[in-house]
Amino acid sequence: MKVLVPVKRVIDYNVKVRVKADGSGVDLANVKMSMNPFDEIAVEEAIRLKEAGKADEVVAVSIGVKQSQETLRTALAMGADRAILVVAADDVHTDIEPLAVAKILKGVIDEEQPGLVLCGKQAIDNDMNATGQMLAALLGWSQATFASKLELEGDSATVTREVDGGLQTIKVRMPAIVSVDLRLNEPRYASLPNIMKAKKKPLDEKTPADFGVDVAPRLEIVGTEEPAARQAGIVVGSVDELVEKLKETGAVK
Amino acid sequence: MSVLLLAEITDGQLNADATGKALAAVASLGEVHILCAGANVGDAAAEAAKLGAAKVLKAEDAALDHRLAEATADLIVSLADGYSHIAAPATTDAKNILPRAAALLDVMVISDVSAIKDADTFERPVYAGNAVQTVRSGDAKKVFTVRTSSFDAAAPSGEAEIEDVSAPAASGLSEWVEDKVAESDRPELTSAGIVVSGGRGVGSEENFAMIEKLADKLGAAVGASRAAVDSGYAPNDWQVGQTGKVVAPDLYIAVGISGAIQHLAGMKDSKVIVAINKDEEAPIFQVADYGLVGDLFEIVPELTDKL
Ligand SMILES: Cc1cc2nc3c(=O)[nH]c(=O)nc-3n(C[C@H](O)[C@H](O)[C@H](O)COP(=O)(O)OP(=O)(O)OC[C@H]3O[C@@H](n4cnc5c(N)ncnc54)[C@H](O)[C@@H]3O)c2cc1C
Ligand SMILES: Nc1ncnc2c1ncn2[C@@H]1O[C@H](COP(=O)(O)O)[C@@H](O)[C@H]1O
Repeated sequence: MKVLVPVKRVIDYNVKVRVKADGSGVDLANVKMSMNPFDEIAVEEAIRLKEAGKADEVVAVSIGVKQSQETLRTALAMGADRAILVVAADDVHTDIEPLAVAKILKGVIDEEQPGLVLCGKQAIDNDMNATGQMLAALLGWSQATFASKLELEGDSATVTREVDGGLQTIKVRMPAIVSVDLRLNEPRYASLPNIMKAKKKPLDEKTPADFGVDVAPRLEIVGTEEPAARQAGIVVGSVDELVEKLKETGAVK
Repeated sequence: MSVLLLAEITDGQLNADATGKALAAVASLGEVHILCAGANVGDAAAEAAKLGAAKVLKAEDAALDHRLAEATADLIVSLADGYSHIAAPATTDAKNILPRAAALLDVMVISDVSAIKDADTFERPVYAGNAVQTVRSGDAKKVFTVRTSSFDAAAPSGEAEIEDVSAPAASGLSEWVEDKVAESDRPELTSAGIVVSGGRGVGSEENFAMIEKLADKLGAAVGASRAAVDSGYAPNDWQVGQTGKVVAPDLYIAVGISGAIQHLAGMKDSKVIVAINKDEEAPIFQVADYGLVGDLFEIVPELTDKL
């Protein structure tokens, strides 16, 4: 079985985000970019399936600017077999919406015919949490989102999901889309030899037009602002003082 | 213009807080119909009818049991015709279902809406709440989830008519196996007036009892940082943050939590924030109204005593 893993290049989760003064967005020029952390977990899971003999090929796909090559090389260094880059934007500030990403991924899937797609639950830049669900809809496939445990048996997958009330386990028919949550696994670091080897692994380039997809946004970004700042607080010297302050403000009775 | 609002229902029980807040958020958009979907939603529909909507649609069908995404999205699409807007509170259930429904309708979903400017224009936090984006949707229908911590529910009013609707045939794509849900007498995290959260500094699952004791003294809900959940000190449904729950209580007490941006994303709109941390440089102090620098193992028991 082939496993497809969509990976997104995003601002590194450790970088302090700066909103541009003209309200046009977040400053991404000369900022450290990395693979979306959830996608690292998805790549790790796919590689583990391969190591366990449950998958025979892992294909990483990224949609975005040319520089997303680096993200794909990271996936290859972790252990993916090959990669597909769909160059859909020139400017690093252009974010392709989940609906368009899902349509392109559907095109890739029609060609590649994977038995499983492992994607991240959420991209930490747009915080949409939508692509996997949208892709499942377009394909008419089953979906299991927010996975913290995945077991494959025959033509179905048993998935434990992190939900508001705790954990839910469902069984989905394959092929399926599974979006991964934080506690599914701990992704490995790529070793230096594997980083070198990854440079020689195949990386195909495509465009949205190859799949007949229009990536024009449905949501026009009218403005991007900094959130309201909180007023500076105070440091209290003792528990007594804290209790007094909390009673003063009415926060506790 | 009218709005189809998916009610939050778990095992037949209406989450009136989340549904009520989402109802308040969308009320300005037009007539609201609340959709109650599930295997057994009679009681939930009766309760939803009192929230103040114009109508309640009751979709009771075994195929909708546990509100699996495939069946629930198909139901929403089958009802979509008459509506300009389709919304739901941004719970894990709705985040599972609504993007699927949106894609079937060929529209972009708008996740976690924190303010509605007009019928086409919405505000939402991005980059873990480090930026607030205003987007204008050009889609024929707007499909979105509502960040409930940004809205106050209106007082329940009226008695809406309840109309039965039927569910499309089951796809058989997925089936429910089991739920592992912890029973608790504590208030629910996202609707609690006070939240006490513990982080890695708490050190162990056993030590978390100290956090729970303080919470119980205050009638509070218990939260946790990702590090505390990853380390097994606390269950996953206690995680507060960018990728956990978003809370905005009157009082949030962060104990042994450093204040990573991903944690702040889930609690920085709380009215009063208290931070207890032994590291005076911890970023949590930058958002705290009251900070107390010191050892949580001394401070928390003393605080529990004195409150
Ligand atoms: C994709 C992604 C998503 C994430 N989503 C979330 C999320 O939703 N929610 C979330 O919380 N995090 C999230 N994180 C993780 C986040 O980046 C931080 O790693 C996490 O919040 C740290 O948790 P912590 O503050 O408990 O631990 P630490 O950062 O280790 O802080 C522990 C604190 O405890 C203090 N301490 C230790 N001992 C004592 C003592 N005896 N007395 C007093 N203080 C003490 C220390 O001084 C320190 O400040 C996410 C990360 C990523 C990459
Ligand atoms: N541009 C992209 N390229 C590749 N994968 C993507 C892209 N955008 C989203 N994804 C995948 O979809 C997941 C959820 O993203 P989102 O719906 O944007 O929050 C990510 O974790 C990725 O696995």
